[in-house]
Amino acid sequence: MESSARGRRVVMTGMGVRTPGGAGTKEFWDLLTSGRTATRRISFFDASPFRSQVAAEAAFDPVAEGLTPRQIRRMDRATQFAVACTRDAVADSGLDFDALDPYRVGVSLGSAVASATSLEKEYLVMSDAGRNWLVDPAYLSPHMFDYLSPGAMPAEVAWTVGAQGPVTMVSDGCTSGIDAVGHAVRLIREGSADIMIAGATDTPISPIVVACFDAIKASTPRNDDPEHASRPFDRTRDGFVLAEGAAVFVLEEYEAARARGAHIYAELGASATRCNAHHMTGLTRHGREMAEAIRNAFDDARADATDIDYVNAHGSGTQQNDRHETAAFKLALGSHAYRVPVSSIKSMVGHSLGAIGAIEIAACALAIEYDVVPPTANLHEPDPACDLDYVPLTARELPVRTVLTVGSGFGGFQSAMVLRAVA
Amino acid sequence: MSGPAVRPAPAGHVPTVVTGVGVAAPNGLGTEEYWRNVLEGRSGITEMTRFDASGYPFKLAGQITGFVAEDHLPARLLPQTDVSTRLALATADWALADAAVEPGDGENYDMGVITSNATGGFEFTHREFHKLWDQGPSYVSVYESFAWFYAVNTGQISIRNGLRGPGAALVGEQAGGLDALGHACRTVREGTGLVISGGVDSALDPWGYLSQFAGGLVSAESDPRRAYLPFDAAAGGYVPGEGGAVLVVESAEAAERRGAPRIYGEIAGYAAAFDPPPGSDRPPALRHTAEQAIARAGLRPGDIDVVFADAAGVPRLDLAEAQAISGLFGPGAVPVTAPKALTGRLYAGGGPLDVVTALLSIRDGVIPPTAHTSDVPGSYGIDLVVGEPRALPVSTALVVARGRHGFNAAVVVRAWTN
Amino acid sequence: MSALSIDDLRRVLVECAGEAEGAEFDGDGRTFEELGYDSLALIETAARLKQRYGIDLDDGDVMAAETPAALLSLANAAARS
Repeated sequence: MESSARGRRVVMTGMGVRTPGGAGTKEFWDLLTSGRTATRRISFFDASPFRSQVAAEAAFDPVAEGLTPRQIRRMDRATQFAVACTRDAVADSGLDFDALDPYRVGVSLGSAVASATSLEKEYLVMSDAGRNWLVDPAYLSPHMFDYLSPGAMPAEVAWTVGAQGPVTMVSDGCTSGIDAVGHAVRLIREGSADIMIAGATDTPISPIVVACFDAIKASTPRNDDPEHASRPFDRTRDGFVLAEGAAVFVLEEYEAARARGAHIYAELGASATRCNAHHMTGLTRHGREMAEAIRNAFDDARADATDIDYVNAHGSGTQQNDRHETAAFKLALGSHAYRVPVSSIKSMVGHSLGAIGAIEIAACALAIEYDVVPPTANLHEPDPACDLDYVPLTARELPVRTVLTVGSGFGGFQSAMVLRAVA
Repeated sequence: MSGPAVRPAPAGHVPTVVTGVGVAAPNGLGTEEYWRNVLEGRSGITEMTRFDASGYPFKLAGQITGFVAEDHLPARLLPQTDVSTRLALATADWALADAAVEPGDGENYDMGVITSNATGGFEFTHREFHKLWDQGPSYVSVYESFAWFYAVNTGQISIRNGLRGPGAALVGEQAGGLDALGHACRTVREGTGLVISGGVDSALDPWGYLSQFAGGLVSAESDPRRAYLPFDAAAGGYVPGEGGAVLVVESAEAAERRGAPRIYGEIAGYAAAFDPPPGSDRPPALRHTAEQAIARAGLRPGDIDVVFADAAGVPRLDLAEAQAISGLFGPGAVPVTAPKALTGRLYAGGGPLDVVTALLSIRDGVIPPTAHTSDVPGSYGIDLVVGEPRALPVSTALVVARGRHGFNAAVVVRAWTN
Repeated sequence: MSALSIDDLRRVLVECAGEAEGAEFDGDGRTFEELGYDSLALIETAARLKQRYGIDLDDGDVMAAETPAALLSLANAAARS
């Protein structure tokens, strides 16, 4: 590869977020630092036949977002979120994309279930509400191909800025968010692009997805208390709260960003991924593969456990995850695991599957920006097996320069990334 | 073009090679059966047999027949896997056996899995949608939570073989498979000794199958020999198929150190780029992508002995591809072929299968023809290999793929000479 | 309804999660783990028992059943009540 590209560093210069409880970055950060939660009873459809009836829904008005009728018609909700975030990130970056060589601008977008919402809508029509296995060609939407094979998602993001560099969707389940952003870091470092639009989106609050997590009892059945249903690391936790959301960033090569006086949120390391090769949904008790991913992320960022000021956990709020993760932190961070503040923002914005890793990267960048660590909401009675400082209930001000974020997902994916403040 | 070319690799180059391959294609299960059928022009495109497609606007598909999952996989994997995952697991097994790799029981962080998927486990999820809406939420299977998503093949391959290295799944329609191979090489260069890569797709249940027609590029022709005619004047669309290929990618050094039984070839270059937005007057990105891949291999266009084309089978797209090729190499200057005329387009499986085919061309010194195509417009300016295979020493091949909405990817493979 | 037999249970398990590893089980004391059935297999089996036989089992009890014999007696106890 281009040897001149060795040693390139990657920074974040633009951010756009659409999450439950807030329409943009400011509202997102306000929610996180307040410790309020955005988890409520599902309103998108009648959830009474389901075991878990709680979700974190985002208020999103595609017309108010400036999407055209054609865009609204053809784009799945998750794509709409991604495009809205991209526009925000681009504006935030201050870059004039028209002045850039399009071949030097790429896209790396993560999503776990991609067009699931649109798939379900179309299914009901084509199958006549599930009656017919032989779906009806008379009801075939011209956009159905794009819901089946969701390349349209990163394409729409690319079209937003005319990006013609490498464009891909990274779809690693619940680690898609970290992995997509990490992939973008690699592409800039190796010289395949100078600017990457990187992030992730998922809008999975749809019956099929609710049903599939009901089936494995991974989501919380705490329907009588939705606001407190996402309880990572708490002894009474009983599953995650399904959510939707998106976060998209502008990533740039560091020297160029500095030269143009860009506002830099943070420098990003590449993501490290390991597979647990254990079970498609089950986690080990020992957390060794996540620890290995963390170590690899440290190597990449030339960081030490003791450098870490804050750990953003996966913290989905299932019994098995939070135990697994605690074990992994102890393995990877040693005694520092007991000193560093660790929190899960899923306690507030729920688990948006492939998107949450990118949303968590946004939270990490803002933690660095504002020297505030978001809390873990609903943490009243820590699980004795989760005996680290999980920042219960209240955000904490402290100097935040180096942050570790991790993710864990079905298929055995374990990912980690280090972000640090730029001097 | 000319014979084998040997140019020094760029500085800092870490050669990545292919040491094992596994193929599941509509015209062949297993590499040698597939290759034999490609050279003999045996097509896997037939009328749809999985369900009654008589009411559908098109009725052909590249279907894999004769794959009995029970013969290849343990019974416990069957209820939790879509047909695409079963095929992916079997082809990964064949590729690992071909490469004589035994992952072992240890904590193997040095072997990873990077695949591409375009449609996920779609037949499986269609069944679950059906049960949900026809019977109720309690009928949805525990396996739906992971049998459908795009990373399922990466996950299941990693679990079955105990591979704990980096894992990823990339989606880019028909270009994604080459992106996965490119990322596998990147991962090897970064220090992982071995990566299983490639792609396998299948969406031939009624909903998946019909949805492919919604793209507007699938042929409605009913004659299997006339339905998918890449670069033919009578081209009228493509035929969708299922299947793909898995490749074992290693650093050349690791392969040699462990005594790998064979090296099919080197993945010498990879690049990806995206078309301009609809309505732009900028040119499509395929030529740029191919140029980049060739340059990254340390080569020039004249070093390429054959091009394995994307072959959309739609005249305006065939013309665009022909223009990219003739513009880059010169009119008629390099043999071009599309063996996928015998299988249909395999989405994430298409690019990896083309790469395997290119490696076999290198091994055996023969370029397979583009079946069924007979009337290539002179204005395309390409030397399409049609009719019979063309015997020719092949040392370097370019494989290109385009994905719907603007994805372009290119891989250069070359004979391994150490 | 009459009591479930070990064969009935085996049939449901196999439908949900495939054939057991090694010798067929007949409730002879081999654990689910030894037979190769994981927690997902048990959850799916419990769901199928409910759909097919109307037997309602507690999640915790299902996960705690270590052998087919244990699950069978749970199921039959629930069927009687």
